[in-house]
Amino acid sequence: MYEEYSSEHKEFIRKEKVTNNAVMISRIIILVALFALWEVAAEMRWIDPFIMSQPSRIVKTMVNLSKDGSLFLHTGVTIYETIIGFVSGTILGTLVAIVLWWSSFTARVLDPYLVVLNALPKTALGPIILVWVGGTTGSIIVMALLLSIIVTILNVYQSFKSCDEDKIKLLKTFGATKIQILRKVVFPSSIPEIISTLKINVGLSLVGVIVGEFLVSKAGLGHLIIYGGQVFKMDLVMTSVIILAIAAALMYLSVAWIEKKFVKMR
Amino acid sequence: MDKVVELKNVTMNYHTLEGETQAIKNLSLDIRRGEFVSIVGPSGCGKSTLLSLISGLIKSSTGEILINNEPVVGLASNVGYMPQRDHLFEWLTILRNTTIGLEIQKKLNKDTLRNAERLLEEYGLGEFKYYYPKQLSGGMRQRAALIRTLAVNPEILLLDEPFSSLDYQTRLAISEEIWLIIKKEKKTAILVTHDIAEAVSMSDRIIVLTRRPGEVKSEHDIQLTTCENKTPIICREAPEFRIYFNKIWKELDVHV
Ligand SMILES: Nc1ncnc2c1ncn2[C@@H]1O[C@H](COP(=O)(O)OP(=O)(O)OP(=O)(O)O)[C@@H](O)[C@H]1O
Ligand SMILES: [Mg+2]
Repeated sequence: MYEEYSSEHKEFIRKEKVTNNAVMISRIIILVALFALWEVAAEMRWIDPFIMSQPSRIVKTMVNLSKDGSLFLHTGVTIYETIIGFVSGTILGTLVAIVLWWSSFTARVLDPYLVVLNALPKTALGPIILVWVGGTTGSIIVMALLLSIIVTILNVYQSFKSCDEDKIKLLKTFGATKIQILRKVVFPSSIPEIISTLKINVGLSLVGVIVGEFLVSKAGLGHLIIYGGQVFKMDLVMTSVIILAIAAALMYLSVAWIEKKFVKMR
Repeated sequence: MDKVVELKNVTMNYHTLEGETQAIKNLSLDIRRGEFVSIVGPSGCGKSTLLSLISGLIKSSTGEILINNEPVVGLASNVGYMPQRDHLFEWLTILRNTTIGLEIQKKLNKDTLRNAERLLEEYGLGEFKYYYPKQLSGGMRQRAALIRTLAVNPEILLLDEPFSSLDYQTRLAISEEIWLIIKKEKKTAILVTHDIAEAVSMSDRIIVLTRRPGEVKSEHDIQLTTCENKTPIICREAPEFRIYFNKIWKELDVHV
């Protein structure tokens, strides 16, 4: 591990590092420049800060919101609902995929329904869910679940089906039952696919949560955005959007991190 | 003569929506205890089908298959199957991989586990038992796959082109090793291969099949004059080796 590398190799490593740093610095410059430009443009009245908001106002809003704790409340609510949404969507979707794998008859019967449900923009069902479940957190979670479950079913079922026939045959020669085949090979070999679906579901579930919060509008970043829009507080809207972007990125990165840990473990 | 496996007028038809395929037609053969038999034949002539039939994975359309004079109903219990690729499970250690058959048959206990460990020790994988398959070379993986088959202690081994995914040198070395293991564990073996040299060097007998639908075209008892420590690699030096090779090559009638 710790052997001496040749100077040629060291030079290669050094160049790689220089490029990596340049990429990182460029990214930061873009971000800073954008915000600086925005600030200056608003300050000079090239744009109307009342409509476009302004970084310094956003910072002020953030400080005010965190003083009374409502920032953490709303962010927390959104994150909580999203996590429940994508975890339950992934688990339930995987369970349905198992049922479909178990009975290819059921899979064939349900195929067209799944295709239609997959194509349907699930957010269109929002008002229906609101009426059926009521204006509660329940509605929001159902919305998030609905968005992620169909994709999960399709992806995971596909992955179950593409499990190597010869591996299954091998277990069959040992006399494996169907449940043993599922437990010993079909499910374990699909775990990477399930985790990558989990990653997709973070984004989908977040869409469901925000739409749900728009409709239910009691708490959460979606509620803040809708509320800010209604009372024309663009600072509040922009602040919420930025926090949402950060929260989304953090959730995605955590799942990606779990995935990496998992892949390494195997 | 002690017959372990006996096929009597076996025919196998596959049915799909596209049509009916006759894979094997009216095939009869006997395998004697402790024998090493190779089956060669043109591509798609039903060799893998033949092994699936013997293992009881699929049922023949007509005809009879006997193992130890008992007809095969359902899965044959004393048959071990070794596929073309090793199919080790990447998420299990080598030890867990080699005991997967025992686990499935709910026979995993102290004794059987110790036996699997003994096999790993004996055949040079002892220090790798907690490694994952991807940390092993192709030859080592193939050996682990054989041990997985041996761990459930089958009487008859069915090997379906077990070396074809290996490069030539590994293939020579590993076929030698696996042959020695099979002889040492006193198993009856049926090997399907495309490699005539491999078949001649390893087998007591070679069965040549016709094009699909597969029938027995000819059988060859392989008798090579070598010193007493006969192994596949030494067999390749025998003067008769080339004669058998050419004879079978002509019978396979390969048109390119
Ligand atoms: N499950 C199946 N359904 C339909 N046809 C099949 C099936 N399995 C095999 N066949 C057909 O039966 C014939 C024999 O197949 P088999 O796999 O036994 O041949 P093989 O001799 O092992 O070929 P290869 O040398 O390529 O391994 C082929 O024509 C194949 O297309
Ligand atoms: Mg084959």
